[in-house]
Amino acid sequence: MQVALFITCLSDVFYPSVGMSVVRVLRRLGVEVDFPTEQTCCGQPAFNSGYRQDAAKAAKQMIRAFEGYDAVITPSGSCAAMVRKEYPHLLNDDSEWKERAQSLADRCYEFSEFLVSRLSLEMIDARLEGKATYHHSCHMYRGLRLTEPPLQVLSQVQGLEVVNLPYHEDCCGFGGTFAVKMSEISQEMADEKIQHLESTEADYLIGSDMSCLMHLGGRIRRKEKSVEIMHVAQVLDRGMMK
Amino acid sequence: MSIEQQISRKQRPPFHDRTKEAIEHPFLQKAVRYTQDRLRGGKKRAEAEIGNWEEWRLKAEAIRRHTVEHLDVYLDQFTTNVENAGGTVHFADTSQEVLDLVTQIVRKKEARSIVKSKSMVSEEVDLNHVMEQQGVEVVESDLGEYIVQLADEAPSHIIVPAIHKNRQEITRLFSKEAGKLLSEETAELTAFARKRMREKFLQADIGITGCNFGVAESGSVVLVTNEGNARMSTTLPDTHIVVMGMERIAPRWRDLDVLLTMLTRSATGQKITSYVTALTGPRREGEADGPKEMHVIVVDNGRSSMLGTGYQDVLHCIRCGACINVCPVYRQIGGHAYGGVYPGPIGAVLTPLLEGFEGWTELPYASSLCGACTDACPVRIPLHERLLDLRADEVETKQTPWSERLAFKGFGVLAEHPEWFEKAAVMGHWMGKPLADQEGFLQKGPGPLKGWTDSRDLPIPAKTSFRKWWRKEGKQDG
Ligand code: SF4
Repeated sequence: MQVALFITCLSDVFYPSVGMSVVRVLRRLGVEVDFPTEQTCCGQPAFNSGYRQDAAKAAKQMIRAFEGYDAVITPSGSCAAMVRKEYPHLLNDDSEWKERAQSLADRCYEFSEFLVSRLSLEMIDARLEGKATYHHSCHMYRGLRLTEPPLQVLSQVQGLEVVNLPYHEDCCGFGGTFAVKMSEISQEMADEKIQHLESTEADYLIGSDMSCLMHLGGRIRRKEKSVEIMHVAQVLDRGMMK
Repeated sequence: MSIEQQISRKQRPPFHDRTKEAIEHPFLQKAVRYTQDRLRGGKKRAEAEIGNWEEWRLKAEAIRRHTVEHLDVYLDQFTTNVENAGGTVHFADTSQEVLDLVTQIVRKKEARSIVKSKSMVSEEVDLNHVMEQQGVEVVESDLGEYIVQLADEAPSHIIVPAIHKNRQEITRLFSKEAGKLLSEETAELTAFARKRMREKFLQADIGITGCNFGVAESGSVVLVTNEGNARMSTTLPDTHIVVMGMERIAPRWRDLDVLLTMLTRSATGQKITSYVTALTGPRREGEADGPKEMHVIVVDNGRSSMLGTGYQDVLHCIRCGACINVCPVYRQIGGHAYGGVYPGPIGAVLTPLLEGFEGWTELPYASSLCGACTDACPVRIPLHERLLDLRADEVETKQTPWSERLAFKGFGVLAEHPEWFEKAAVMGHWMGKPLADQEGFLQKGPGPLKGWTDSRDLPIPAKTSFRKWWRKEGKQDG
């Protein structure tokens, strides 16, 4: 199986360690992974702001970059949703591109989803002590209906107690450019989320989208609170090392 | 839109001022969150209880789609049947035409007082204020509407008009009206309101109601309320005026059955609201009550502009409020901040469609695109996708700032050139570094980053990006 990592622009630039964790975890599970360097950004910032032509440029670049791979894995539910749900519509006008978009959509997996659906969970041998709660990102939860896979993955981690985050289906307030354009509303949403987070008394806030975690983490840091923010891949990576 | 409305809309503070005011309000957020929780909890229970909720949604969607696709046919049938039952049907293209029609009837009847039950369409045309300016007293018969009327405000929710008020505030408003201090007990407050309203009902010359559904096969107007107040507006006065949106049609009674099932469960979680009233024409000979005249005003006011476009499905809306009750943005700012008649996700979609982008360019962006609204909608309107479509329309018609358009042009170019994309990230690191703290976070971002750093710390781009790591080490390790 030819597997490619789709890092997302955000992790590439701001959170390279998440990508490193994905690579290490996949390799430990026996998956050979490649990183096509032609990839850039999935185009979501432009698409969600209404700039469809500019988003289409990004989409075409991504489709070219990942042609020929059997599976494309990304540590982002939101970017996976963009590729899977929006690309075929975005490139609707051109039948050749539409087909290529659909092909990528069919081969694209979110990280936990790939582990659950293409590998065997029993292969995961990881240990991390502590209490954690999981933040469902909207595009993964509602967009792709991937509610269980990350929790199934985390349930394999020995020593880790994962408690429910109250109002877990509610948005954290990131929302792409929304976080900047409507920052005052975004902040209120983050604060409510952080209140719920604190009620769990968790040591770790785990998620599958660094965008939400950048927003929540940034707010948590501003408020000088001490919760460690981690991607599912980072949890496994750290847990598997021991 | 009336002149007064146009003036008041012009004076409306910009979106961000309104949201700020809402967020800083001493109890608005708490009141809204409390009721939102109650309503969405109720809906969840009702969904579980009925079991095959998704099948019901598909059924309801199909009915709405079919109805709106054949709206001309069903409106025609509805009109014929209303008139056969002795009612009169008027068509109003604009809000001014609605006001003119109501004014004509008021003058003809020499009416001094109107009793009204909840109607969002009448809010679209600002009916109450215009009537009051003509010296006609308007009394709201819905408790929530009555509260916002006393406060001289507009409804902030389409089902729960006074969702933003707390008990203390309501007590204050009622006490002022009563001329004496009332206690905060629910019983005392509702007793006061009921007594006050009943006095007015008895004197009213005209009753005005909205219309939840007009059943085409019989020409019946169906009203759904929780307080039975619609009956006061439709049985006591001699004249009944119905103001209905042109899309509010159900072809047959069996369609209505499905739509009512969805409406009440989605709105409040109730299996059925306390009162569903169906009215077919005015009082007939030998009948004990009912108005002598019934006028049905079918209102377009921007609706038909959606027909035949990608926004046609917005007309499927049955005004249940479920999208508002799950909206995390509405949760923080309530309804007034949206600035239009309809708040929440449906308002953010509907307002620019009914009134155009002028004054409303921010609304389609007042959403984090979380999709909770789309999942909640009982007739499966993909609200967040329509918000995206509106954003694309704004870009296409150049409503967005040139600086933003330029930025996304640049984005498109970078996205197509991985080597430039990488250079930009490296530049970001070195430009950010002198401004960042020791751990590499910005607390005060320059320029457009300020929107982020006003409330959050922002990491600067990593010194070694992933792709750089991959080239240097990552690739070989495998
Ligand atoms: S858009 Fe859907 S959920 Fe919102 S009010 Fe209309 S029918 Fe209800």
